[in-house]
Amino acid sequence: MREIRFHGRGGQGAVTSAELIAISAINKGGFAQAFPSFGPERRGAPVVAFCRVDDKKIHIRAKVYNPDVVVVLDPGLVDLLDPTEGMKEGDMLIINTKKTADQIKGLKNTSIKIATVDANKIAQEELGRVIVNTTMIGAFIKATGIISIDDITEPMMERFGAKLGERNMKALKRAYQEVTIKG
Amino acid sequence: MAKPIDEITWQELGIGAVVTEIGNSVQYKTGSWRSERPVVKKEHCIKCGVCWLFCPDMSIVQTPEGHFTANLEFCKGCGICAKECPVGCITMQGEEA
Amino acid sequence: MSEIGKGRKGIEVSIAMADAVAQADVDVIAAYPITPQTHIVEHLADIVANGELDAEFVPVESEHSAMSVCCGSAAVGARTFTSTSSQGLALMSEIFIIAAAMRLPMVMALANRSLSSPLSIWNDHTDVMMVRDAGWIHFFVENGQEAYDGIFNAFRMSEDPGVMLPVAVNLDGFIMTHMVEPVEYVDGELIKKYLPEFKMKNALHPDNPVSMGCFAMPEIYTEAQMSREVGIKDAYPTIVKAWDEWGALTGRHYKPIETYRTDDADYCIITMGSFGETAMEVADMLREEGEKVGVVKIRLWRPFPMEEFRKSVLGKKYLIVLDRAISFGSQGGPVAMELRSALYGQKDAPVVVNYVAGLAGRDVSRKDFRNIILEGKKKAVSGHTDGFTLYGLRG
Repeated sequence: MREIRFHGRGGQGAVTSAELIAISAINKGGFAQAFPSFGPERRGAPVVAFCRVDDKKIHIRAKVYNPDVVVVLDPGLVDLLDPTEGMKEGDMLIINTKKTADQIKGLKNTSIKIATVDANKIAQEELGRVIVNTTMIGAFIKATGIISIDDITEPMMERFGAKLGERNMKALKRAYQEVTIKG
Repeated sequence: MAKPIDEITWQELGIGAVVTEIGNSVQYKTGSWRSERPVVKKEHCIKCGVCWLFCPDMSIVQTPEGHFTANLEFCKGCGICAKECPVGCITMQGEEA
Repeated sequence: MSEIGKGRKGIEVSIAMADAVAQADVDVIAAYPITPQTHIVEHLADIVANGELDAEFVPVESEHSAMSVCCGSAAVGARTFTSTSSQGLALMSEIFIIAAAMRLPMVMALANRSLSSPLSIWNDHTDVMMVRDAGWIHFFVENGQEAYDGIFNAFRMSEDPGVMLPVAVNLDGFIMTHMVEPVEYVDGELIKKYLPEFKMKNALHPDNPVSMGCFAMPEIYTEAQMSREVGIKDAYPTIVKAWDEWGALTGRHYKPIETYRTDDADYCIITMGSFGETAMEVADMLREEGEKVGVVKIRLWRPFPMEEFRKSVLGKKYLIVLDRAISFGSQGGPVAMELRSALYGQKDAPVVVNYVAGLAGRDVSRKDFRNIILEGKKKAVSGHTDGFTLYGLRG
């Protein structure tokens, strides 16, 4: 089982990221869960969403405490909280940032792999607004291989419709190309 | 009220204690509750039906001649008919002879 | 009948439940939105507004009115659905009780949530325990598939001419309602086979007048209560049959009491609702460590499956009962109280240790389960079995 945690801000679509990945995994016959850190939705406040993917039925009804993968949708969150909490050596942290992995300071756990991508820039150019949840899935796919670009295409089109779906897929594919993985 | 309520068993009540006998309230004679009865002076009655309209128990009935009078099997003696009669032809009289 | 396709989907449990309600071809939905039930009724409102389901969606001004509408629609023999949570259930409680007493079939998705105060929107079982004695049939689901299936099972039970009782499908708020996971849908043919048209005897109709909810003197109220008591107890075989037939049609089998690795277990953890899934996972972990622990899951809460419960636990050394509510001023959690009274005076009755955890959405992780099971075992061995322990309490 692979456990994933998303850090974002209310309104950035962290829950949508988790859901799209879960639905992609389920649609190809696998098992998955996606769920928010339950509570009132407050735009801009730091939020967390979770996802589990497995090839057999998942029996856990609790939050993710030891994620194999953490995705940070908002660069500002790295300084606000510890995105590496619960991670162990070799796990993957994926950050939306202009910086390189080496330029990111202050992480409490340095034994992890770090993937960086400037998703803000990609989303601005491809979608015309800085909503990076779908863009970051591209980086996620490249960095983890938990699902593929083929797997995500149909759920994306279903969620956003043909026109907006295409643009989101374009942003996703750019992030897949542009992400840099260290470690 | 095929049976008095203190004789009905739980098995006879049926699901939800739904009452399926239509209009069985006519079996419930409430006339014994009365301490006064309405008495109509027919010669003054103008056959307007106001007493019939106001009676809360629907116990005012029209006679073949068109006057109105109380069915004493159900009349509880509330006196509303006497109060409402526009010509004052109904008076309440004590039940005790 | 709504055209909602069959097949396996990754879907939010609330949406799957609403789809099931539409597939069950309900006639009337009356509900007021409240977290965490909201997605269920919002989706149903969409389905009706889009013309995909020929039903009346009554957007009432309160839960009290929601339940009143449901009573009216059930009384005329319409297939009726509602959903609520927490304070909403509290507000509808007056009519909620009447629905059971008047034997009006309907189905409620009860997204379990804590009661104020302090104000909380998160999950526990204090709302359902508030109406424990109302006379509804209550069962609990522990995953999305069970929530979806439960809607069909509930209508089948509720509308059976020998049952005629409202049924609450209890699902843990957020933990279930806001979860995206795989759910296998059934097709319309299967539903037609499983769920016959609702034909209510003595439904309100001008051609067949009846009186419902009459006044009762002390001379008859006792008999009316006995009729209710026998009614819900007699529903039991129909409930089991509704699950058995669903199992035969879908391969998904449900029982009033379910057990996991209990055959050779020395002791068991007992859960109700979504706790059951994590408990199984942790039982597997503890088995690896040599602990002979099993899991007993209570699916049917009312009518309580006394015999099946006893059969599943008599002869075990101890039971660790995990509640999600407190009955203030009592021995502890409502489930533990129920089980203690079920076991009292029985030969080979296990010792009961009671934990209350997961109040108002406080997460209960695998580690927490492990602690509860191992600590609970210690308490049982040392004879500290009175009252209950509030797990994770500070101070």
